[in-house]
This record gives sequence, C-alpha cells and structure tokens, in this order.
Amino acid sequence: MNATRRALLAASALLAAPVSLRAQSQGRILVIGGGFGGASAASFLRREHPEIEVTLVEPRQRFVTCPYGNLVLAGLRQIGDITHSYDRLRARGVRVIHDRAAGIDAAARRVRLAGGETLSFDRMILSPGIALRWNAIEGYDEAASEAMPHAWVPGDGTQTLLLRRQLEAMPDGGVVGIAIPANPFRCPPGPYERISMIASYLKRHKPRSKILALDAKDAFSKQGLFQDGWNALYPGLVEWVPANRDGRVVRVDVREKVLETEFGTRHKVDVANIIPPQSAAAIAREAGLANDAGWVPVNPVTFEAQAAPGVHVVGDANIPGPMPKSGFIANSTAKQAAASAVAAMRGREAPRPVYFNTCYSHVGDEYGISVVNVYRPNAEGTALVEVPNSGGVSPRGDLPEQRRLEAIYADAWYESITRDMFA
Amino acid sequence: MSLRLLALPAILLLAGAATAQEAQSPAPLAAQGCLGCHGQSGHGAGGIPGIAGREARELQAQMMAFRANERPATIMGRIARGYTEAEIAALAQHFAQIPAR
Ligand SMILES: Cc1cc2nc3c(=O)[nH]c(=O)nc-3n(C[C@H](O)[C@H](O)[C@H](O)COP(=O)(O)OP(=O)(O)OC[C@H]3O[C@@H](n4cnc5c(N)ncnc54)[C@H](O)[C@@H]3O)c2cc1C
Ligand code: HEC
Repeated sequence: MNATRRALLAASALLAAPVSLRAQSQGRILVIGGGFGGASAASFLRREHPEIEVTLVEPRQRFVTCPYGNLVLAGLRQIGDITHSYDRLRARGVRVIHDRAAGIDAAARRVRLAGGETLSFDRMILSPGIALRWNAIEGYDEAASEAMPHAWVPGDGTQTLLLRRQLEAMPDGGVVGIAIPANPFRCPPGPYERISMIASYLKRHKPRSKILALDAKDAFSKQGLFQDGWNALYPGLVEWVPANRDGRVVRVDVREKVLETEFGTRHKVDVANIIPPQSAAAIAREAGLANDAGWVPVNPVTFEAQAAPGVHVVGDANIPGPMPKSGFIANSTAKQAAASAVAAMRGREAPRPVYFNTCYSHVGDEYGISVVNVYRPNAEGTALVEVPNSGGVSPRGDLPEQRRLEAIYADAWYESITRDMFA
Repeated sequence: MSLRLLALPAILLLAGAATAQEAQSPAPLAAQGCLGCHGQSGHGAGGIPGIAGREARELQAQMMAFRANERPATIMGRIARGYTEAEIAALAQHFAQIPAR
C-alpha cells in the first residue's frame, strides 16, 4: 500500500470516529497486532471504556483465523468463512492503521511504524503472535515453506490453501507427513485436530492413503480422546510416532520430499506439513521483552512485560505460566490486560482475574471434543495456578451424543468469539 | 442445604463492592469469558442457550447444579467448578441485568 492511500485510510478512520469521544479522550491505548489478542482488546475497550482513545496497528487488511483453518483443509469450510475485516472495529471508533510496528521505545512510550509515522501512547497492548524459527529444523526456511507448508500463522490464508491444494493433488495411496514440535507452541491440540481433519478428507476421497505424524513429544493434549476418535472414525489411517520412538524431525529435504528424524530415519512422503518450533514475534524480541527461550515473561495480573511496565503483552507471544497458547486465552487475557491498563491510567489497582480456557477440537464432521482449564493468580500475585477440581477434558467412552453436541457447540464458540473480536 | 441462603451474603457483599468501585467488581470481567460461547452480551449463539435477562436466582441455581454435577452438561460442569459461589452469584446478577432479546 502506498503512503497516500495509507494516509487517506487513516484519515477516514479518524473521520468515522465519533468526534465527541475524541474530544473527551481520557488517555491513549495503542494496540499492536489485530489478531486474537489485539482485536479482542480493541473491541473490549470501545465497549467498556469509550472514553479511551484506541489505535490498532495491523499490517493486514483482513484477518484469517487459525481456528477453523483445519476445517478448510477437510473441505468443511471455505477460506472466506474464516476471513474477517476491521470495518466494524473502525465503525466503533477504533483508529485502525494498516502498517507494521517497526520499533518500540517503551521508556519514551513511542512506537515507530514501518511507514515512517511515530505514535505515542499512555499504555500499549502488544499481541503480535508468533514467529516460526526457520532452520530450527535443518533445511526448513521460508523458501522451503512454499513447498512444505506450515499453515501455522494466519497470514492471508495462502499457506492453508497451499496445503489444501497439495492434498487434493495427491494420488490415492499417498502418505501425508506431519512434523509436530515440542512444547511450548501455538495451540497444543491444533496438530491433532489437523491430523483428524486431513484424515476426514482422505477417508472420503483417498481412502488408501496414510498420515504419518512425527512428533517431538511423547504425549499430547487430549491424547486419549483423539486416539479413541481416530480408531473409531479412521481405523488404520493415522500413524503417530512419539519422540521416544524416533518421532522428532530434525532435517527436511524439500527436493526429495524426505523428513529425517533424530536417529536418522528418512521418511519419504507425498505431502509434507511442517509445524516448526516457534518464538514470540520479532517485534517483541527486538524490543528486548523476551527471555532466552524467545517468549515474553509477564506479570500474571496485569500482563505487563517484566522488562517494560506499561507494555501489556498478551496472546501467544507471552509465556503465562501453565496457560496454553490459545485464541480463547488471548481473548480473555487481552480483556484483563486492557482493564488493568485503564485502571493504571486512573491510579487504581488492577482487577483480580479469573482466566479460563476452552479449546474445542473437531475429530470428525460431527464429532467434537474439548478441554477446559481455569487459572487464578496465587496469593502473592506472582504466578498463575490451575484451580483444583475444575476444568478437564470431555469424558471418554462411547458417547455419540456428547461428541455430536460438542461439534455443534464448537461452531457456536467460533461464531461468538469472532463476533466478540470483530463486530 | 438451600442455595439461596448460602449465596445471599455474597450477593450483598458484591453489590456493595460494585457501587463503591466499578473497576474492582469481579462480575463484568469474569463475565467476559462467558461471552466467548454464549454470544455477545450473553444472548446465545448457535445452539448454546442465552443467559442474558433471566432471573438471577435461576441462573445461579443452574450454575450451582452444574458445579455439583447435578445438571446434564457437555462442558458447563468443568467451567462452573472453577468459580467460587460468590463469583457465581455475581455472574448471575450481571447477566440478569442485561435485557433479554
Ligand atoms: C491450526 C490452528 C488451529 C487453532 N485452533 C484454535 C482453537 O480452536 N481455539 C483456540 O482458542 N485457539 C486455536 N488456535 C490458536 C490461536 O490461533 C492463537 O492462540 C491465537 O491466534 C493467538 O492470538 P495472538 O493475538 O497472539 O496472535 P495472532 O492471532 O496470530 O495475531 C497476531 C497479529 O499481529 C500482527 N503483527 C505481527 N507483527 C506485527 C507488527 N510488528 N506490527 C503490527 N502487527 C503485527 C499479525 O499480522 C497478526 O495479525 C489455533 C491455531 C492453529 C495454528
Ligand atoms: C466453551 C463454551 C462455553 C463457555 C465459555 C461458557 N458456557 Fe455456559 N453453556 C455452554 C453450553 C454448551 C451449555 C449447555 C450445557 C452444556 O452442554 O454444558 C451452557 C449452558 C449454560 C447455562 C444453562 C443455560 C440453560 O438455559 O440451560 C448457564 C446458566 C451458563 N451456561 C452460564 C455460563 C457462564 C456464567 C459462563 C461464564 C463463566 C459460561 N456459561 C461460559 C457453553 C459455554
């Protein structure tokens, strides 16, 4: 986008905002990243604290969600179904700037945008998501991802569509190889929902094919439930190889379509989906907010970065103790961070949080499972702990009605949360 | 034991706190997590029932029953057990105040 068009867009965003709100502004919150954390924060602030001026910086004109991307792979959704625009946030008075934050000066409370503009703020909410660690798996860099898609960051949907096309082009009897990283990574049950949805596609269209899932872990989220589902719906189609049976992929050969594991086994596949190790997005690391592992340690009550009070880091970029990197957590912590930011601007104490997470996964077309976790800060407010006796996974056993209902409720969750963020 | 009797002091306490200082009241923020499934303002979405504009007493009794595993649920039991009785009372008050659609 050229500078004139950007300026015009920014100007129209300003015009669209109710003038009276701007006149009464009682502080400025700058939100960086318009995904699950950022859009949730901006939307929440307009609803609950209309006296605050909210600016959202996000390079993309449209947001394609990771959640439900696996259903696009199965052919159960189109990419348009999971693509959202920023128009309604703008209409609510959020100033949306389509640009990329290029540098954060936390002490001076200023952000420099790639387009040249500098923005000042009283408080910042930073939710830039993850970066993929290119070459953490030898041979897997950005160029390689054009042949072996990751489909693990939303982007403009290209990666998901590429993987879908490769599955469509694969002959019946082919092998789909999936490389899965060690913890922590974005969406712990995500790779296994992906296995399920690819299996659903293969069973219908290419029933002699196979999925070879090579894992850097020995156990995974909702494992019993997923494996029960695979046995019931896709017998013999899925082979999952844990790390202790040489499942960890350490090298890829893009030309030969080979995934090589720790102890030197070379697996030739027809389609390769590589989910590489991850870290916080570049902007958070470059601002000096991340630890050695590449994630941002935060205060569990306010979500301010330990290295930069006043900068609240939410979503997958942070490392919030035991909480998973999920869209649900990004949404609920974004609201807590926004409320804490407003409280701090008014000289008040941050509200006491209860966080809870729900991740639904689709195992089959009418077969859903879920996990719930509830967390609270410990008495000292230094760490988050899971509430005893709460949460847990869906019950195991032959429960067709439970599975059918959870698939329906999963769809309702997607509707509700995306409306909460973008409407 | 009567649920109503148990929860009454909690309601009074929270109501007092809410008028004293809005930002400190746990209900609105805790309620935000519920919107992720029950739709914006708790009006329901795609098969998940609406919880806005219903009697606080009824909402609270349902939550307490979910908590005690006495009401059939695919997921609400697991969620409700993460909240204290006082929080459940405050949540019920909060959703009861939102007009039904
Ligand atoms: C296949 C898959 C399935 C999933 N399913 C679920 C699910 O069912 N339920 C669930 O709860 N979670 C799910 N997740 C996880 C969920 O997608 C993430 O946890 C969530 O997106 C995290 O939100 P975020 O705000 O941290 O990052 P994102 O949503 O990725 O948003 C980050 C945004 O920041 C922008 N950005 C980056 N750098 C800059 C910069 N320098 N300046 C400005 N903007 C920038 C990016 O363009 C992006 O739009 C799934 C993930 C995957 C991969
Ligand atoms: C992950 C999705 C999800 C979240 C989050 C959620 N609910 Fe529910 N809720 C459901 C579903 C699904 C049902 C139907 C019962 C079941 O299957 O568990 C339900 C039912 C209910 C009911 C009973 C309504 C009726 O008429 O039967 C109440 C009350 C309720 N929820 C309150 C809440 C509150 C309060 C919160 C926030 C603390 C919340 N829910 C968060 C999914 C959710």
